[in-house]
Amino acid sequence: MAKKGLFVKAKELKTDVALVKNLELSIGKLVDDSWDEPMGPTPMPHISTLRDWDMKLLNKYKPFYMPDCDLCCLCTYGKCDLTAGKRGACGLNIADQSSRIVLIACSIGAATHTGHARHVVDHLIEEYGRNHSLNVGGLNVDVEAPVTRLVTGIKPETLGDLDEVLTYCETQVTHLLSAAHTGQEACNLDFESKALHAGRVDQVGMEVADLAQISVFDFPKADPEAPLIEMGLGTIDKAKPVICCIGHNVVPSVGIIDYMKANKLDSKLEVVGLCCTAIDNSRYFDRAKIVGPISWELRVIRSGLVDVLVLDEQCVRTDCSNEAERINAPVIAASEKNCIGYKNRTNDPVDEIVNDLVTRKVPGVLILDPEKVGEVAVRVAQKVAPMRKKMDVLPSVEEITKLAKTCRHCNLCQRSCPQDLNIPAAMTAAAEGNLKPLTELYEECIGCGRCEEACPVKLQIHSFILKAGQKFMLEETNFCRAGRGAVQDIEIRSAGGPIVLGEIPGILAAVGCANYPHGGKDVYDICREFAKRRFIVMTSGCSAMSAGSYRNEEGQTLYEEFPGSFEAGGVLNVGSCVSNPHIAGAAIKVANIFAKRNLRGNYEEIADYIHNRVGAVGLAWGAYSQKAASIASGFWSLGVPVLVGPHGSKYRRMLMGRSDKPENWEVYDARTGDVVNVGPAPEHLFQTVETPQEAMVSIAKLCIRPNDTWKGRSIKLSHYIDLHKRNYGRMPKDIHLFVRTMADVPTTMKDEIKDILDAKGWKETVIPDPTMLPRMIRKKKE
Amino acid sequence: MMSCEPWQCAEIAATKKANPITKPEVAVAMIKRAARPILVVGSNATERSLEGKLLIDYIIDLAKASNVQVVATAHMVAEFLKRGYEPADFMSAMDIGNRLVDPTWQGIDGKGHPDLAMFVGLPYYMESLILSGLKHFAPDLRTMTLDNLFHPHASWSFPNATPKVWAENLTVMTSKFKGGN
Repeated sequence: MAKKGLFVKAKELKTDVALVKNLELSIGKLVDDSWDEPMGPTPMPHISTLRDWDMKLLNKYKPFYMPDCDLCCLCTYGKCDLTAGKRGACGLNIADQSSRIVLIACSIGAATHTGHARHVVDHLIEEYGRNHSLNVGGLNVDVEAPVTRLVTGIKPETLGDLDEVLTYCETQVTHLLSAAHTGQEACNLDFESKALHAGRVDQVGMEVADLAQISVFDFPKADPEAPLIEMGLGTIDKAKPVICCIGHNVVPSVGIIDYMKANKLDSKLEVVGLCCTAIDNSRYFDRAKIVGPISWELRVIRSGLVDVLVLDEQCVRTDCSNEAERINAPVIAASEKNCIGYKNRTNDPVDEIVNDLVTRKVPGVLILDPEKVGEVAVRVAQKVAPMRKKMDVLPSVEEITKLAKTCRHCNLCQRSCPQDLNIPAAMTAAAEGNLKPLTELYEECIGCGRCEEACPVKLQIHSFILKAGQKFMLEETNFCRAGRGAVQDIEIRSAGGPIVLGEIPGILAAVGCANYPHGGKDVYDICREFAKRRFIVMTSGCSAMSAGSYRNEEGQTLYEEFPGSFEAGGVLNVGSCVSNPHIAGAAIKVANIFAKRNLRGNYEEIADYIHNRVGAVGLAWGAYSQKAASIASGFWSLGVPVLVGPHGSKYRRMLMGRSDKPENWEVYDARTGDVVNVGPAPEHLFQTVETPQEAMVSIAKLCIRPNDTWKGRSIKLSHYIDLHKRNYGRMPKDIHLFVRTMADVPTTMKDEIKDILDAKGWKETVIPDPTMLPRMIRKKKE
Repeated sequence: MMSCEPWQCAEIAATKKANPITKPEVAVAMIKRAARPILVVGSNATERSLEGKLLIDYIIDLAKASNVQVVATAHMVAEFLKRGYEPADFMSAMDIGNRLVDPTWQGIDGKGHPDLAMFVGLPYYMESLILSGLKHFAPDLRTMTLDNLFHPHASWSFPNATPKVWAENLTVMTSKFKGGN
């Protein structure tokens, strides 16, 4: 990096004149610029530095707003009715307000990842020192922090360097959030630009968190053959005490696993997890088990298998503690962001805490020391397990039949269900002793529990569904590949060319949460379809789990069926939420390693390159959170389109291109400066799709890029046409927009497509060296 | 059950709420009065069975009788084609919503912006959000839902109703076009 601080710490310093204890001395920054890459134009961009780039994207992909609420109630002038063009007391209209909500969501997401990274980095600096080296892939990964290099211009080498990077992120998040205050911004597109900046900052924050934990905790380092991890409730050894960790921050879990290892208990207890903590636990300890995605929190607790529940941060149901009390499982809150109202016992003796939890004197404790979390969790689990005997709170079949008879058939359960599941019909059947309809709800239920909250007679409807699906639930035994982290530089060298030329038809990144419209199998089906078509499929977080939760005809999970390397037909789990920058990083490294473009503080040029050349698409089929919003925003900012499943429409704003407006699809040919129409490639930057069939067709189309060679375009079109015909029953109506020369047309379809082109009055055009940046135009030759 | 509460309890609108369609004849009159109506049909068209017949089959009957232009969303175009019906167009639900808020858009046939947009068979929350977008950003466009679920963001919506009542409503609507009443 460019600057280094001098930091001296001495426990005791004796001199002739004094005895000094606990001396800490910091002498500003020393310049040590050993990185010879020239600095680009936008290192450490402020909230408006990349505004011109943002506006280019926002002009091409205009926001389509779908307000979830007609009102604004953020200040005491309100509530203000903003319906259909009315302005509120502060002057904002509904477009401004809608974009403001997008900014707030993305800022929350960026703050959350940055806060997560701050906790991890501070903790590791305290434990290992600022000079601890970063290592995410040894000799295989020279470009260790592509996002950080690109955005900040810093090449981090030590934990201390990450501290400085995070200071930048924290400053930006503060400015971004402040822009959402009343009277701070007056234009929806400027709010949108700031939301894109939140995405950029978010990517940096996530990258920092993962760099730190990979380096220090020795997670798999860019390893295509990272171990296969057992996954599913059926993999839990019920004879052992079970510690279940929920959340995203692996630090407390490391304390648990270290304690187990140090005391030779690692085969005596089960450490299982949900959501990203589970993914990261398994990167640290390959015998840790992944139970499932975020939506299974009630499922796991109510099943009674958990003896101690350890809650860290992010996406943790706030009623987990209440649910744990029902099964007599003590709770340890391990994050200062999620104290759950428990007394802080961080400084109390371990024996005392253990005794209080085992005797149920207290239902839970807050412990902010990860080592102490480890010892307490293990000792409590050992003592509690024989007493609990895996007590669950699921009703018996007889109880369900009896209780279902009290159902009033008011439909409030269905009307409160995000999936609109036909619970009333299932209750009617259950009252007659038929649990099959309840069983059928199991796969689609997202475990929110809103049905129970709505029920006027307080039926435990979710528990009924779990009981009905219990056999299936306890038989779930699958595999997820442990998060491999970064993509190796050599993999980029090998695959970069085929990606940019279009011969590898695209990169599909299945990321995000588990708010699926019809269960997780859609994720598996989509990933498998594209892996079989020899796209590169990358996964992370809960989507990585869902991708591994089903098996092919030969009984293999996706991770057993396909290689874990960055190659055509590879299926790579990069890791948890904070590993997503490895996906963005792969695209960035294509520009850097394959195309030799400078990264350092050179955001606009690299984003322009990716947008026009790298056929990557994000799919967040079950995205639900603000973090997912900021993750998506980081990809939009790089010009990478993102699709969300139907629930993603609740993000309330799409970024949509208009294929029927040719003027929207003009780029410069960098060779000549000519303006060339390249068609709607990619057509949208952010779009909700309704069904998996639509997702598959859209993914194939969104991988098309202006730079495709004729051979690459032909391959991409053959996938698009094939999927379109299979799912839509006919030829695409827009095929003429993607054919530049007849060489682009797949050979076997020449006659059929020529007729279409003739009917549309199609004319041949050139394949440009595409750019949206005038400064990238090379001068015309005289 | 005939209720004008939002079907999904939390979908609460604000000051501008849908007028309930008290009988199918009202919807028919709205369609007949419109110069350029379109009907957007979503993916639940093959998921919802009313009185033993799929929603999509009711919609085909209605579309044939009324000559309303049908826009199929998601993969529904394949389902229409399987049944021998060619929809006027197909595109994603977001694409049609995004075009409808553009006052310069000249419709799927290029002959003018629709003046009535009807929706049926999308996931409730998606349809609700699109209707909200149209309420705010296409104030001159009238919207109507043909579902059996009350949509407060529409201009006109049928109340919450049983599949049986829904089937009756769609059948009556079709018959009114066939009979020319």
